[in-house]
Parts: sequence; structure tokens; C-alpha cells
Amino acid sequence: MLRLDSVRKTFNPGTANEVRALNGVNLEFASGSFTVVIGTNGSGKSTLQGAISGAFELDGGTISIDSTEISQWPEYRRAQLIGRVFQDPFAGTAPELTVAENLALASKRGRIRTLAPLLRGANRGAWKELLAQIGLGLENRLDDPIGLLSGGQRQSITLLMATLTNPKVLMLDEHTAALDPRSAELVVSLTTRLVAHSSSTTIMVTHSMQQAATLGDRLIAMHRGRVYLDVAGNEKRQLTEADLLALFSQMRRDDRFDLDACEAIRSRYS
Amino acid sequence: MSLLIATLALGLVFAVLALGVYLSFRVYQIPDITADGSFTLGAAMTARLLKDGWDPASATAAGAAGGALAGIATGIIHTRFKVNALLSGILVMTALYSINLHVMGSSNLPITARTIFTPFETVAVSAIGKESTILGRVVHGGDIGIFAGTTIITVLICVGLIIFLKTELGAAMRATGDNARMLRALGTSTDRMIVFGLALSNALVALAGSLFAQSQNFADAQMGIGVIVLGLASVILGQTLIGNVRSVALGVIGAVLGSVLFRLLVAIAIRMGLDANDLKLITAVVVLGAIVGPEQFKAFSARRARMRGRHAPA
Repeated sequence: MLRLDSVRKTFNPGTANEVRALNGVNLEFASGSFTVVIGTNGSGKSTLQGAISGAFELDGGTISIDSTEISQWPEYRRAQLIGRVFQDPFAGTAPELTVAENLALASKRGRIRTLAPLLRGANRGAWKELLAQIGLGLENRLDDPIGLLSGGQRQSITLLMATLTNPKVLMLDEHTAALDPRSAELVVSLTTRLVAHSSSTTIMVTHSMQQAATLGDRLIAMHRGRVYLDVAGNEKRQLTEADLLALFSQMRRDDRFDLDACEAIRSRYS
Repeated sequence: MSLLIATLALGLVFAVLALGVYLSFRVYQIPDITADGSFTLGAAMTARLLKDGWDPASATAAGAAGGALAGIATGIIHTRFKVNALLSGILVMTALYSINLHVMGSSNLPITARTIFTPFETVAVSAIGKESTILGRVVHGGDIGIFAGTTIITVLICVGLIIFLKTELGAAMRATGDNARMLRALGTSTDRMIVFGLALSNALVALAGSLFAQSQNFADAQMGIGVIVLGLASVILGQTLIGNVRSVALGVIGAVLGSVLFRLLVAIAIRMGLDANDLKLITAVVVLGAIVGPEQFKAFSARRARMRGRHAPA
């Protein structure tokens, strides 16, 4: 179980660019659940991911995984428990290393890197099977430098690498946003399959209303650093793309209302 | 002939330097100028310890260990205190200048004791004599000995490095230079990898300094000046020789070949009347050309193609 308690983060505090990215967020993610996170630009959805993965220090609050508090851990240490796929399809793999070497590094997630040969005792058969299920013929390219592969292929392998050791938490940060439609579709179907077979608590941030409507068993909409909507179960299943678009208009109207309210208050007091 | 053999031996000593620079520059993309200080440190420590009666192998190993400490200092300043990598290297290099003077007790120190090359020289001299003629040219047994010694040491280091870069730790080091964010996301501290990598890199550079001092029979406080550029020249020359391949083994071998070829070119240039004082200037220009040349050439070709396109008949 992943738990966030009154998590706060403000970027550039005390300057004109001050952004209250997370404004006291309380969330609990059940073990093995699959949550989709959406939100407008600057809503705090990416900051939420950064807070969990340890990209920065929190201003307040705590984060724990299975009652182990991790909010003080550096990013690399949290990665023992958290698998990640980034938006940039090239960010999750090392281009000069071969496909097999990348997988081998991922298979030893969080362990001390020893002087044992990296590929000794590597389970090539199992890796080939894993690669074959992507369906891009990658099973024959174990010994090619991964830099020779396309963005979609690399993102698919990153997804395999992130789930290889069945980490407690799996975080997908708009991981199909930078792909062409066909590759995005492939990665989404691979995501569905891998998440269904894993016990990881999965959090997927997305821009795609279609993905938000069809994937996951829970949906969270972020707005202005807070949780605006949090639905699960039947209620989540019944949500359609149209509902979500309506939700976004609603959030934008709220924004405007806030501005109007400010204006009204200002005119009254000045 | 003797000049050729001495040049090859020198090339192989500097190949060890090139391997150190290969680690920092090619693997980590950090031009680590600590090398200028750690090269001298390796030479100074070995010269001093030999004078104090240490056996050559221990004195050489101690010199390399000194380089490793210098690398750790640079690595910690860079990763822990977030100082720019180049500045971290400059700080440690500058500090090492004083340390090297203290180690030697003067600005230079001759080596009169037995060195790591002495056994090789003894064998070579007993085999072919102090002076002998091969293919009608005079050859010194001592030069052959040093050549054999440097060959064996350099080959061993090459093989060790190639094997190491394919271990879990070595691959994690390569991944750090290639995509640090990825390695952190896989649960490894890239800061520690950088400290470790710079330690290894500077250990090799200091070992090269130690071997250089033992082959020349002296250490000097100035001897490390500009070695980082020499190392870069070898690495870049090697890359040109074997092409821009991704194989680890070829990268390592390329650095060695680059170093030997560079020494040969220098020897030929000096033979043809090049003033040795101009050597560093020319080396710097060659390295600059090798780094910016390909890009400039591409830009120039593209511009010409555009010009031609504009003037093409409709």
C-alpha cells in the first residue's frame, strides 16, 4: 500500500513564480490497484509523481510504502521499491548498452552492483519470451545496442524493465504522450497486459481522456494542487470520455470563477 | 631502431594514461583535468618510495592508489557539493601541485634504485647483450626490456578493463555516463558511480605517471602538465582509427592504438625538425580540430549544398 499524508510542495517560494504544486494531498493506493491520474496543465499531477519517486524534497507531509516511510530516502533508494516509465521514450534505457545489458541491469534493481559478469547466468530464454509478447520482433535483438531501436520499441522495453522485478509501485508518467499513435496503442496494450499480471500498485498519469476512461480501476483528477475528483469501482467504470471532457470544462470554469472572485474582492476593498 | 622501440614503449606507457582518460571522457563525458595532477602524483610517490627502499611493485601500486584518492576527492567535490566537474578537477589538480612537491621534497627526484622494469631489462640484456644489431640497426637491450615490460603491463590492464566493463559494476558505470536518470530509476546511486569511476580513471593515470617516471628514471613536478590533452588526443585518434563503434573492447583497444600512433607521429615530426617546445601547442590544435572538425565540415557541406540549391536552374 502506498500512502501520502498531507503532502505539500511549493516551487519558487516567495517569488513572483511561486507555484503551490501540491497543497496538502492525502491519498491511499491499495496494493495491486491501478489508478489513472488526470489534470489540467500545472494541476500538480506530475509533481505528485515526482513527490513519490523522490525527484525533490517535500515541504511537508510523509509518503510511505507498506508502512515504511520513504519521504527522506534519495531517489535512487526509492527505486528499490518503485519502477518507473518516463514520458521521454529514450529516458528509460541506456542507448550504448545492448538490449540484454539493459534488461540485466533492470533485473538487479536496487541491488549492489558487483564484480560478477553482468550477463552470466542471464535468463535469455525468459527475456526472449518477454520481448516476443511485445510483438515487434525484438526477441532476436537481445545483443543489439538499444540505441538502434525506435522510440516505441524502447518505451516497450522500458515498461518490461520497470515491471521485471515486480516492484511494490509502478509509476507511468504520460508514457505514451511522445509516441506516434500506432506505437502508443502498442504500449497501452502492453501496459494493460503487464499490469493485469503484476501485483504492483500502479499509478498512471495521462493526457489522454480515452486512456483515462478505459484503463484502471480508479480515477483521480488533480486541480490546483489538490485532488478534485476521486472515483473507483462502478462509478469509474461508467465514466466516459465525454464525462471527462465535461469535468475539464468544469475545472476551467472554477478557475475563471476564482479570478472573478478575486476581481470582485479587489474592487470592493480598493 | 632504438628510437622506434623507445617510442613504442613510451606509446604503451601513455596508453595506460589514455585508458584512464577513456574512462572519464568517453564513459562519463567528463574531461577530468585532475589527470594533470594525478599523473605527477603517481610519478612522485613512486620515485619517493623507491628512494625510501620500497620494492618496485609496491611503490608502483602505491602511486596508483594515490591517483585513486585524487579521483575520489574530485568525485566527492563534484557530486556531494555540486561543484562543476571541470572546476572540481582544477581544484584538486592545483592542490596536488603542492602535495607533489611535498612528496618529492624538491621539484624533481632522480630514480637510481631498481624499478619495475629492471627485471625485464636484465633478461633482455642477458639475451641480446647491452647493444646488438637487428636488421643492420643498433638496438639497446635496455630499451627492449622496457618495451617488453610496458607491453605486458598494458596488455594486462587492457584485458582487465574490458572484463571489468562487462561486469555488473562496469556496466552500471557505462550506464551512468550514458543515461544517469535511467540508472537512478533502477536503484543505483549515480553519485557513487561517478566517484568510483573517477577513482579508477585517476588510478590508471597515476599508474601511467609511475611507469613513465620509472622508464625515464626521474620524477618532476612539471611532468603532468597537459597530459589530459595528450590522453584526449590518443582517445580521439583511436576513435578515428577504429570508427565510432559501440563495442567496449574496440573502444579500449582504440585508445591504446591511438596512444601508440600519436607517439609515432610525434617522433616523426620531431625527426623532421619540429621544435619540441611547439609540441603542446600542436597537440592542442590537433585535439581541437578532431573535436570541432567533423561538425564544422558537416555545417560547411550543408551550407554549400544550400547555396547550390539556390542557384540551381528552375
